[in-house]
Amino acid sequence: MDDHHATVESVFRNESGRIIAGLIRVSHSFDLAEEAMQDAFAAAVVSWRAEGVPANPAAWITATARRKLIDYARREQTRRNKEDQLLYEYALRSIASEEEMSRPFEDDRLRLIFTCCHPAINKEAQIALTLRTLGGLTTPEIARAFLLPESTLAQRLVRAQRKIQQARIPYEVPAPDRLPERLSAVQAVLYLIFNEGYSASSGDNLVRRELCAEAIRLARTLTELTPDNPESMALLALMLLHDSRRDARSSRDGQLVTLEEQDRSLWHLDQIAEGTQLVERALGRRSAGPYQLQAAIAAVHAEARTAAETDWKQIAALYGILNASQGSPIVSLNHAVAIAMSESLERGLALIDSLGSSGELDSYHLYHAARADLLRRMGRYREALESYNHGLALTTNAVELRYLHRRISELDVLAS
Amino acid sequence: MRYMMLIYSQENETATPEQMSAIFAAHRAVLDETQHRGILRAADPLEASATATIVRVQEGEVLVTDGPFAETKEQLAGYYILDCEDLDEALAWAAKIPTGCAGAAGCVEVRPIRQMPTRVPVNG
Amino acid sequence: MQYLVLIYEDEKRFANGFSESEFAEYGAFGKTNAGVIKSGNALQPTGTAKTVRVRDSKTLTTDGPFAETKEQLGGFYLLEATSIDEAASIASAIPAARYGSVEVRPIMVFS
Repeated sequence: MDDHHATVESVFRNESGRIIAGLIRVSHSFDLAEEAMQDAFAAAVVSWRAEGVPANPAAWITATARRKLIDYARREQTRRNKEDQLLYEYALRSIASEEEMSRPFEDDRLRLIFTCCHPAINKEAQIALTLRTLGGLTTPEIARAFLLPESTLAQRLVRAQRKIQQARIPYEVPAPDRLPERLSAVQAVLYLIFNEGYSASSGDNLVRRELCAEAIRLARTLTELTPDNPESMALLALMLLHDSRRDARSSRDGQLVTLEEQDRSLWHLDQIAEGTQLVERALGRRSAGPYQLQAAIAAVHAEARTAAETDWKQIAALYGILNASQGSPIVSLNHAVAIAMSESLERGLALIDSLGSSGELDSYHLYHAARADLLRRMGRYREALESYNHGLALTTNAVELRYLHRRISELDVLAS
Repeated sequence: MRYMMLIYSQENETATPEQMSAIFAAHRAVLDETQHRGILRAADPLEASATATIVRVQEGEVLVTDGPFAETKEQLAGYYILDCEDLDEALAWAAKIPTGCAGAAGCVEVRPIRQMPTRVPVNG
Repeated sequence: MQYLVLIYEDEKRFANGFSESEFAEYGAFGKTNAGVIKSGNALQPTGTAKTVRVRDSKTLTTDGPFAETKEQLGGFYLLEATSIDEAASIASAIPAARYGSVEVRPIMVFS
């Protein structure tokens, strides 16, 4: 690939979120801002080849996009009748003002992230919009990551942008009384993006890594924009700590490797160090929120040099707090496993069985896998086999299917 | 007696510019005639149902979600409020309100407005 | 900018009329927001609804509302607000938001 071409791509990936945030502010329109930015990038491909890459590529794109916006406004002005002239002259002045455009970018991105994650937009569209406008992912890339037809995703984006415009979803940082709630909605969207990439529910590995990397980048941006929020910090820590295990989680032939069996020398120590430090900083502030607790649990796992050295007592205690504040069947399941590992397998199994009696977890494959795992450790192979088979019937993910098949064939030998 | 006329039509249908202007003209005719008779109380077109937002309050918490309230084959597109003598007059006006392109599906629901002992919030 | 606020709740709650305290709440809501409420009305229950269709120039009238829903349209307000956030915040003070669903839709502006 040509050098200038690679530069254009990297500027798009890294700077488009900042650039578009500013363009939306001055143009009051997602559509126009996007059109202007795309035109500017298209112009860059041509111009940078001929004249070389400018010293500050992002500033070049911004200035060019701003001129495009002025062109659009002029075009519109001549199309409209006289009554509208005043309005357009006003808009033109705002776009044309250098000063307006060079105001700090950080505010713009924060405003934009709140707009993209507004609760009046449905969750799927929030995710797509965030990846598209702030993450610099293209529509085909997002479609591939979520295994959706491109047209479906494009439609979703158009509808969301139309809603922002027509229902007037504000482009602003919410008022202090709404801020905590709105911030947690933003955090939820970023975590969903990360999980989609991390859980590998299906599909292309490469695209999924991209999603994780993008979620981490956005979470990092969020910590820069809300430096005093411990949950933003903890969210970034949680992602880093999980992502640090990415190379150890599957074997060369694509088999799932459990935390216990992972080759810990493959863990990325730089991410662990950063994640652990963030968790400590976050926990230093007042009350522990759900991301702080989950990140703390991930940090305890990361600190153990071998699986046997894992401080399961501390993990069980952390799950206990999480269970009390943010109880969900899945948190309870993890709590039960931690108790099995720290106290006794029997107690853990009894807890899992009482959870299962509610029926809520019956269709959740990891419930059966966790139960099977405890039975296997207890040497109750036949029952373990039965539970693994239950889990197998509920899994669609190829990697997890292979893992369950491996366990089953191991047990077939032991149980016979 | 005031009646609310709720216009339901298929928003995904594609209308030609000619059909659109025919619809506008039909609305204009109803608006002009009802205004002339002094029975037009209100009328508004709505943005597409995808722009709707739902607000609920649960245990003191305000929950905002994407709308509309119900997914239906036809969508609420606008309304009229007309002061009519009786239901028959209201139904006759309802039949004149365009609900979609020529021959396309659509309907108008006619509901009497509830008279409140004191006019509740404000009146329309 | 104007928003139509559509109030949906189970109309069986009002089978025997409105409770006095809830009625007073609506009154207070109206007073507090008098500056931004452009209009508002309650509707008779869906049992009084008729639905009119015109096909091939023939008018067909049927009994009942356009659609059977779990909660029914019971009234509306027309609000003036600068954004969906402001409209939603006002709408959240309507008593029905606690019992049912309140839909907020922007009024179409022809440019």
